[in-house]
Amino acid sequence: MKRSNKIFGVTALFDTPDQIIHAAKKTSSEFKDFDVHTPYPVHGMDAAMKLKPSKLGYITLAFGLTGAGLALLLMFWTMSVAYPMVIGGKPFFALPAFIPVTFEVTVLLATLSTVFGMLTFFFKFPHNTHPLHDTDYMKAVSLDKYGVFIGAEDEKFSIEKAKEFLGSLGGKSIDVVYDVDKNIFDAFSPKFLGIVATVAIVVSAGTYITLNKVMYTTPFNWMDNQFKSNPQKPSDFFADGSYNRPPVKGTVARGFIPYEFTGQTADKVLGVVNPTIPSEANLKLGQKKYLTFCSPCHGNYGDGDSRLRGQFPNPPSLHTTKLREWEDGQIYHVITAGQNTMPSYAPMVTREERWAIVNYIRVLQKAKNATQADVDEVRKEMASNGK
Amino acid sequence: MASSGTYTKKELPQSVMRLGIILLVSGLVIGLATFALDSKRAVFNYLLSFVFLLTIGLGSLFLIALEYVSNAAWSTPFRRVAEFFSSYLPVLLFVALPLFLFLVDLFHLTHPAPDDKILTGKLPYLNIPFFIIRVIACFAIWIIYYLYAVRNSRKQDETKDQTLTRKNLVASAIFIPLFAITATIASVDWLMSLEPHWFSTIFGVYFFSGSVVASLAAITYTVVKLREKGYLHTGVVNDHYYSFGSLLFGFVNFWAYIAFSQFMLYWYANLPEETFWFINRWAGYWPVISIGLIIVHFIVPYAILLPQPAKMDPKRLKFASLWLLFAHLIDLYWLIMPQYHSDKNHPLLYILEIGFPMAIIGAAIIIFYLNFKKHNAVPVGDPKLQRGLDYRV
Repeated sequence: MKRSNKIFGVTALFDTPDQIIHAAKKTSSEFKDFDVHTPYPVHGMDAAMKLKPSKLGYITLAFGLTGAGLALLLMFWTMSVAYPMVIGGKPFFALPAFIPVTFEVTVLLATLSTVFGMLTFFFKFPHNTHPLHDTDYMKAVSLDKYGVFIGAEDEKFSIEKAKEFLGSLGGKSIDVVYDVDKNIFDAFSPKFLGIVATVAIVVSAGTYITLNKVMYTTPFNWMDNQFKSNPQKPSDFFADGSYNRPPVKGTVARGFIPYEFTGQTADKVLGVVNPTIPSEANLKLGQKKYLTFCSPCHGNYGDGDSRLRGQFPNPPSLHTTKLREWEDGQIYHVITAGQNTMPSYAPMVTREERWAIVNYIRVLQKAKNATQADVDEVRKEMASNGK
Repeated sequence: MASSGTYTKKELPQSVMRLGIILLVSGLVIGLATFALDSKRAVFNYLLSFVFLLTIGLGSLFLIALEYVSNAAWSTPFRRVAEFFSSYLPVLLFVALPLFLFLVDLFHLTHPAPDDKILTGKLPYLNIPFFIIRVIACFAIWIIYYLYAVRNSRKQDETKDQTLTRKNLVASAIFIPLFAITATIASVDWLMSLEPHWFSTIFGVYFFSGSVVASLAAITYTVVKLREKGYLHTGVVNDHYYSFGSLLFGFVNFWAYIAFSQFMLYWYANLPEETFWFINRWAGYWPVISIGLIIVHFIVPYAILLPQPAKMDPKRLKFASLWLLFAHLIDLYWLIMPQYHSDKNHPLLYILEIGFPMAIIGAAIIIFYLNFKKHNAVPVGDPKLQRGLDYRV
């Protein structure tokens, strides 16, 4: 380390912990800019040096509380608000299950902030060297000696006075330490950059080769080859040569209700009861589905005047006497099973939607064949509703 | 660096004895009044008071053993206080005797329904004769260690024989595993088998954590108070409190950790044969105590003891240790009393319930006073004493 002519301070070595406690007591009452170095923590040193309690704890506390808050917020947001999932029948905000994570994050932020707070506020990062480094004094106090250092920044400091003072305490190897040129390491020197680049390349290459090549050589196959059956693959085991197993006869898919009149004509389907109530919401649903799926052929009002006139045979009107006298179940049957050229609409509209369409067709039929009495009744009702 | 200071033996003032007698007598009167009004409730209260003092005595005995096996010096100037507290154990064996008369009231295990397959399956362990044998065997182990270690310690006051420390070290090393087993057995016998259908494999540790908190709190309070009035070695300084504060803080956290571990596993698995114990503690007014326990036994003492200066400040330490003794009483109340409140609309706390705890605290003060009168309050012959007095943060 290159040193300047500027004096940094005076150091002295002591032999026993008792001596160093005594020296620390005396020095702390005489000088302000001083420090004590020991090879291990000596009990009672804080009091002897008149040190105030460290403020580091407040950083730890603040970041620990932040960690607890952040962890709870993260889990609250992901588990209870953004993507709520039922896990083990527990509530979305399952506090007992969150406590271990909260604890871990609290400890993580508290410890990291303690380390970085210490580096920044107390070790003056990015300053990464110190004039006392690389001196005989530092080597001695790292081994078996106890040292006192008096800094040149102190207003009472002079070399003679400091030397005499330390000598009077019984200090040995009293030495003057000169300041270093700069106490920030030059991170942009070609040599240092070269070392960093070499280390980066070696570590990345080593990691890549280890994780992608070495770890995949036999006997590590990481379950790449497994004795398992994949769908669509031929099988030596099953007689039909396929791994895909057909479902057992009579299997019913989840959410699927079998239709019992498949393959029959509409006039045989009698006595099926419409399970829905033609409420406003139900009719709105029926209208929407009718306009989407039925109106292209049957027309917007069920007159059989389709928008596809000519491309397909025209369907009959929905307002014939036959259809008006049909049961709901019969219309439902035609939608479900199809009739003549009309295909089954069961894959496109659900059971509830089909019944809603039936209800909507009933509305269309009523509207086309309304009497004066019906109109009067509707007007009366609308008037009583204030429309 | 050697600390100066002397110890001169002094007796505690008569007012301490008077306080103890007043507490004991008035507590007994109230307790017997409770017994006349509601005998079952009184028996449960008596059990609560018994376990309260048992945990303090056991925890102190453990701390004595811990000092010997870890060769700790910081606690040597205060070991006598722990020894005085563990002298409750021989007395507690006699305090336990009335409980044997009321085992039927206390323990459902004594009269299982004939079709109760779980309890009949547990009968080989949970039956009255074996229960009494276990209680006596556990007390025997504790008392033998107590008498051996304390006699050696007192002999050392006069002879200054350093081999006695070595003897106690060996005895303590043998005692600590035995302590782990006997404390678990005691916790199962006195607390867990109040609800014999329920089981918790961590219960012994829970009992242990609570008892160390209670005994540390009792020792800390006594040490701070005795030093203030000048009954201890004059070489004791505030730095000596630091380890008490740290240990209290540590064991408060340990208690919370164990309590939470027990709760979370049951909560997560959600099995009816395990959760009913907690559901019983959530019925009626019980959430007040269940939630209150977290605040009283963890959050408040945690906040008080967290700052470093608090661990050396006599005022805050005294407050924290009294608070924790109270919290331990609440903890035991939470463990024991729901077994009595079989109908959930029963009033939660009852003014007469103060009787037996008062009496037991009074008895504790009297025993402590008599011990203090008879023996040195500092182990003056212990080779580690000077090292302990020299301790600085």
